[in-house]
This record gives sequence, C-alpha cells and structure tokens, in this order.
Amino acid sequence: MTHPAAADHGRALAAAARSGDRRALGRLLTEIEGRSAAARAALGELYPLAGGAHLVGITGPPGAGKSTLVTSLVAAARAQGRTVAVLAIDPSSPITGGAILGDRVRMQQHAADDGVFIRSMASRGHAGGLAVATVDAASVLDACGFGLVLIETVGTGQGEVDVASLADTTVVVQAPEMGDEVQALKAGLLEVADIVAVTKADRPGADQAAASLRAMLTVGAQHDRAAGDRPRPRRPEVLLVSAVAGAGVVELLAALDRRAPTADDVAPHGGDAANVRAEAQLVGLVMERVRDRLTSAAARDRLAEAVRAVAAHEVDPYIAADGLLAAFVDHAP
Amino acid sequence: MPDRPIKVLIAKPGLDGHDRGAKVLARGLRDEGFEVVYTGIRQTPEMIVSAAVQEDVDVVGLSILSGAHLTLLPRITGLLRDQGMTDVLVTAGGIIPDEDVPVLQEAGVAAVFGPGTSIGQVAEYLRANVKPRDA
Repeated sequence: MTHPAAADHGRALAAAARSGDRRALGRLLTEIEGRSAAARAALGELYPLAGGAHLVGITGPPGAGKSTLVTSLVAAARAQGRTVAVLAIDPSSPITGGAILGDRVRMQQHAADDGVFIRSMASRGHAGGLAVATVDAASVLDACGFGLVLIETVGTGQGEVDVASLADTTVVVQAPEMGDEVQALKAGLLEVADIVAVTKADRPGADQAAASLRAMLTVGAQHDRAAGDRPRPRRPEVLLVSAVAGAGVVELLAALDRRAPTADDVAPHGGDAANVRAEAQLVGLVMERVRDRLTSAAARDRLAEAVRAVAAHEVDPYIAADGLLAAFVDHAP
Repeated sequence: MPDRPIKVLIAKPGLDGHDRGAKVLARGLRDEGFEVVYTGIRQTPEMIVSAAVQEDVDVVGLSILSGAHLTLLPRITGLLRDQGMTDVLVTAGGIIPDEDVPVLQEAGVAAVFGPGTSIGQVAEYLRANVKPRDA
C-alpha cells in the first residue's frame, strides 16, 4: 500500500473503530503492533480524543493470579455498567519470535460481551517488555470509549517497571505463599506499586502476608523515587482479594476509582502520571526511530562493516557508534 | 509493514474437555515462531468468533474430539463470515472422519489435520496458506 493510501486506510479504521466496529478496532490494533503508516495516521486522529480513560497496570510474578484478578475486575466493572478493555502482554521467545498468549484463557467468560474488549499482545523482543505499541494501543482503546483499560504484564525482569511508567495506577499482585520471597521481590517490583493485591485470600497465610507487606512497605516508603521519577504514595494500599470466595474485588475497584486521573479528589500523584507516560512515550518513539534508521536497508552495509571492525578490535566502539549516529541519525532524510 | 509473526487462535468448541493435543500444538507453533492465543475448553461459536475478531488473528484452528464437528464448525465459519473475517484461514484438527472433510471444506474449513500430523506439517501449511495482509 502506498503512503497516502495507507494513511487513508488508517483514518478509515480509526473512524470505524470509534463508531463501535470491533473488527476495525482489532485490525487497527494489528497495524499499531506492526508500527505501520496506517497506524500513525489513525493515531493522529485518535490521540487528541484520548486521555479520559484510567490506565491500570496489573503486574506480578507468574502464578500470582493476575489473569484471574483481571477477569474479576472486568466482571465487577461490567456489573456497574462500565466498559472495560484489557491488554494482556506476554513475552515473545527471543529465539523463535513466537509466543503463547495465554492470559485470555482465564477471561473467555467475557468473550461475547460487547462492553469488553480483550487483546493479547506479544512483547516482540522490545527491551523492558513493554513498548510504545502498548501505549498506542491503550490510546486507541481510550479514544474508542473504554473508560477502564487494564494492562496485564509479566512480572519478571524489568517489565513491571515499564508498566509503572505507562499506567496511571499500578497494582502489584502477590500470592500469600510467597513468604520470604516477598522480601527479595521488593526491589523493583513492590516499589512501583500504588496498590498491592494479595490474591487467593481464602488460603491460610493470606492475612499474615498482607500484614507483613503493610509493615514492610511503611518502613521502606520514605520518599522512594521509583521508575520514571514518579512520586509514590507513602504507603501503598494492601488489599486482600479472593476469586474463589468472590471477595475484595469490589473494594479493589473502588480503590482504583479513587486514584483515577479524572477523580474529584485527585490522587497524590495527580497529573504526574500523564507526564511520566508522555515522557516514556516520547523517549520510546525517538529510540524506535533511531533503531529503525540503524537497521534500515540504507544502513545495512555500513552497520555490518562497523560490526566487523569493532568485533576485530580494529575500531573503538564509541567511535564506531559516533560514526553511525552521524551518518544515519543526525542528518534526518 | 515489516515481517510480523503469524497470529493463530486455537479454540476448542463444544463440550470436549480434552485439550492436551491443543496445548501441545500451541507450544509447538510457538516454537515455530507463531503467536498463539489459546481460548481454553468449552467455547461457544460466539466466544470463538469474538476472540478471533478482537485478536485479529490470521488463523483459527479448531480442535474437536467430541464428534460434534459437523454442527459446530460450519456454525463457526458462518459467524466468521458474518463478522467480516473473510481473510482468516480456518483449519480443524482432532477426531474428524475422512468422509466428513469435504462437507467441512464446503463450509469454509480449509484443511483438516488428523491424528499423526506433525507440528512441522501444520506450521508449513499455515505459512503457505495464510492470506497476506495489505502492507
């Protein structure tokens, strides 16, 4: 598709998606993942219309119960007549490029409900797990009228730090039997939490886990500067939830609503979340462009030669990098 | 648009509760470089089609061992058409007698993979037959 045709296609998808066409919305999200010209045109239309949704990150270790919690939150929001979108991110295999997008399995009870839109996305090797594509996807869903956008990510490595930069509110999910591992997990994971949700609260040890988390988080809080230099509440709220017992989910939803960017009594971090997200987006987009230039067909030979020379210790890597930047980035085509 | 992985929905329609085969296939396709969304068991045709639309998949793979394929699979292909999913490749696997395959193909199921089909064969077929998107 030529550039102008792609832009028209993108704008058409954007209009259709906004009018409730779910197929168009699905296709648009694919364009966004593919970083296409159509996606860029669509975002041009939709971005000014976004900003009203509450973006909530749900993260935590594998097995903590994130997907089950997300599906319960969706049910609770739907019971209140609200529309909800879910972006479920899973890692791509660094070797094969493939992925199992397995979060949807737990959410299929909502599959035929038009007030819910669930989309699985593979990380596709982006550093840190989350990418600008996720922010773009959230903007599209926001502009299409979904008031609550839940972003579920794998809670390992740096992914959860990224989701904290992107989301208005970050929920870290912990299961009670994590015990002493909770201490080890604190660094980087619990530090980004606005809310800690202790799941499987019907199990023994859940109350103790919540109590020890509250104690630990008070001690550590002070004025932690977490990811994106975003000030955190001094004490993240610790809540108990149980999907089995059907308990705590409505309370969690209320806690989220108190922190929504459009809430009357604006949360302690107020509009900072939008600024943090915007900065992450801009830096991410600039880095994406640099990466694209460097790996483009035009740069291929020069990059290959630089690689060869650096690997053979003929050239200092900093000089080689300066050369590549000067050739392909500083002078924009 | 740069080369992106092929996205596959693996779904189990009806009351068939045996999903080991579906899961083995899902993992195998992941190892072959596909992005695989698995719906789980006990899916209605509406749930499967809704997932296919939201996930905007290239392939819908239907796993069915219960014998209800002549009822369920045409219903699914019909709903996909209703939703405008005309580019999606629909395949099926599980326990489907050879004599039922032509009926299913008539209804829009492109290929049926019987027991003994290797993951590699499925991957080859999908790569060769997925409809290209407009770039």
